[in-house]
Amino acid sequence: MTPVAMTSANHSRGGAHPGRLGNILFGGSAWIFGILVLILLLAVMISLVIGAAPAFSEFGISFVWTEVWNPVKDHYGALSPLYGTLITSIIAMVIGVPVSLGIAIFLTELCPNYLKRPISTAVELLAAVPSIIYGMWGLFVLAPLMQKYIEPFLIGTVGHVIVLGDLFQGPPYGIGLFTAGLILSAMVLPYMVSIMRDVFETVPPQLRESAYGLGATTWEVVRSVVLPYSRVGVIGAFMLALGRALGETMAVTFVVGNSYHIAKSILAPGSTISASLANEFAEADGLQLSSLLALGFLLFVLTFSVIGVARLMLMRLQKRYG
Amino acid sequence: MIAQATTATITTNPIVRRRVRANRIIASLSVAATGAGLFLLAWILGYLLFKGFTTLSLALFTMDTPPPGSAGGLKNAIIGSLMITGVGIAFATPIGILAGTFLIEYGRGSKLAELIRFVNDMLVSAPSIIIGLFVYQVVVAPMHHFSAWAGAIALGIIALPIIVRTTQDMLQLVPDALREAAYALGAPKWRVIVVVSYRAAFQGMLTGVLLAVARISGETAPLLFTALSNPSWTTNMSSPMATLPVVIYKFAGAPYADWQNLAWAGALLITFSVLILNVVARSFAPRTRN
Repeated sequence: MTPVAMTSANHSRGGAHPGRLGNILFGGSAWIFGILVLILLLAVMISLVIGAAPAFSEFGISFVWTEVWNPVKDHYGALSPLYGTLITSIIAMVIGVPVSLGIAIFLTELCPNYLKRPISTAVELLAAVPSIIYGMWGLFVLAPLMQKYIEPFLIGTVGHVIVLGDLFQGPPYGIGLFTAGLILSAMVLPYMVSIMRDVFETVPPQLRESAYGLGATTWEVVRSVVLPYSRVGVIGAFMLALGRALGETMAVTFVVGNSYHIAKSILAPGSTISASLANEFAEADGLQLSSLLALGFLLFVLTFSVIGVARLMLMRLQKRYG
Repeated sequence: MIAQATTATITTNPIVRRRVRANRIIASLSVAATGAGLFLLAWILGYLLFKGFTTLSLALFTMDTPPPGSAGGLKNAIIGSLMITGVGIAFATPIGILAGTFLIEYGRGSKLAELIRFVNDMLVSAPSIIIGLFVYQVVVAPMHHFSAWAGAIALGIIALPIIVRTTQDMLQLVPDALREAAYALGAPKWRVIVVVSYRAAFQGMLTGVLLAVARISGETAPLLFTALSNPSWTTNMSSPMATLPVVIYKFAGAPYADWQNLAWAGALLITFSVLILNVVARSFAPRTRN
C-alpha cells in the first residue's frame, strides 16, 4: 500500500504537475484583474487630462480662478462651480459632524443593547437611499420649508449679526447653496456614523472601564478616553465624508439653483462642479465640453486627494489595531 | 441607600453637579441627534409612500414613458434599468472576485497588493460622476453615440471596487488551516481557492455582490453621460436606453403634474427595491460583530 502511494507521488512530481495549467490560468487572470484596478485609476486620470487639455490651453491655468461661464461667448472659468462645491461641502460638514458624532456616541455608549441593531440598520438604510431621492425630497419638501420658514428666520436673526450676517442675506429662494449643503449633510451623515462606530469599538474595554471605575461620566469617558484613542479614525471618517460631499451630484443638482454668479450670501443660488456636469454635459460640445471635463479633472484632484488622505489615516489605524 | 447617597453628593458638591449636568446635556443631545436621523429616514420613506403610492398601478409596468399630457408607465425605464444593471454586474462580478482573490490568495503582504488595496479603497469612495466622465471619454466619444453598453460599463466600474473589497474582506476571514488541509491532500492552488476558500467565503461574497447591485441600481449621474435616455421601448444595447433613475431625474424636474407623479412612483419603486436588496444582502452576511 505505502510503496504504491509513494511511487505515484514521485511519478506525479517527476511528470506534469496536476493542475499546473489551471494554476497558471487562474493565478494569471487574478493577477491581471488585480493590476486592472490600478490601471483603472490611472486611466480615469489620463482620460480627464486629455479631455481637459483644450480648455486649459485656451484659458491657461487662470481657468481655475476665473468667474465666467458663458456658453454664448464660449468663455469659461471654474471659480463659481469650485466655490459652490467647497461651500456646500463645508456647510454639510459643519452640520453633519456634530450630529454624526452624537449618533455615534449614542450607539456605542448610551444605547441599550436591544436597540443597537435596529438603529444601526436604520442608519445604514439612510446611506442606501439613492442620492436622486434625496434630491427630489429636497426640491419638493425641504426647499419650500426653507423658503417659507427657515430662511426668513435666519435672515431675521443671524442676518443682523455683524460679519456672519453677510452670509444670510437676500430674498429666501428656498433653493441655493445652503439648502444643498443641508441635504448633503443628511447624505454624508450615515457614512460618518458607521465608520465612527467601528472606530469607537476599537477602544479596548479595559481603558473605558478603568475610566468609568475612576468615576468618570459617560461624556468624560468619550472626551478623555474614546476620542483621543480613536482620533485618527474619526478624522479619517470626516475626510471620507468630505470626499463624498464634494463629488455628490444628484442631491445637489435639484436644489443648488444653477447660477454661475458668486453671491456673498450662502442663501443665494449657486452651482457646484457636479451640478454643472449633470446639467450641461450631455448637450455640450467643443470648448464647453472640454471646460466641463476640466471641471471634472478639478473635482477628481480635489476628491481623490481628500479620500487618499482619509484612506491613509484609516489604514494606519487598521495596521496599529488590527 | 446608594441612590440617596448619590443624590446627596450631587446636590451638595458643585463640581460633581457640573459634571453630571454636562453629561446630561451631551447625552440628551446625542439622543436628539439619533432621533433626528431616524426621523429623517421615516420622513423620506413616508413621503415617498404617500406621493408614489397613488400612481402605483399595473400600467406602470405595461406602458412606456409618455409624452406630457398622456397616460403612460415606466416599462421601458424599468427594463432598461434591469438590463444595464444586469450587464454591469455581470462584467464586474468575475473581475472583482478575481482581483480580490489576487489580493488575499496570491499577493498577501506584498507591496503590490498593498497598493492595489489602497487604490481600490479610493475607488470605492470615488464620486460616480467622475466614472461617468471617464466612460464618456473612452466609450461614448470614440463611438460617437450614447449607448446602453456605455451605461453598463460605467455601472460595472462603480460596482467593481465594492466587490473587490468584500471579496478581500471575506477571503481574509477564511482560516489558513482550511487551506493547508486542502494542500495536504495534494490539491493544486487554484482548486484550493475555488473549492475551499470560495466555498467558505461564499455568503460574504454574495453579500458584496448584492450590495453592489443595490448601489448601482440607484446611480443616476454616470448614466446621464453614457446611456442617456430613450423615450421609446428598446432592448438594443447599442442605442441610448431609458433607465429608472434618469427618467425620474427628467420627469421630476419637469413642470408637468403627470410626469412628476410618474417620477414619484419610479422613486418609490427604486428606493424600496434598493432597501429590500440591502436588507436581504445583510441577512446573508456572516455576523462578525455583536
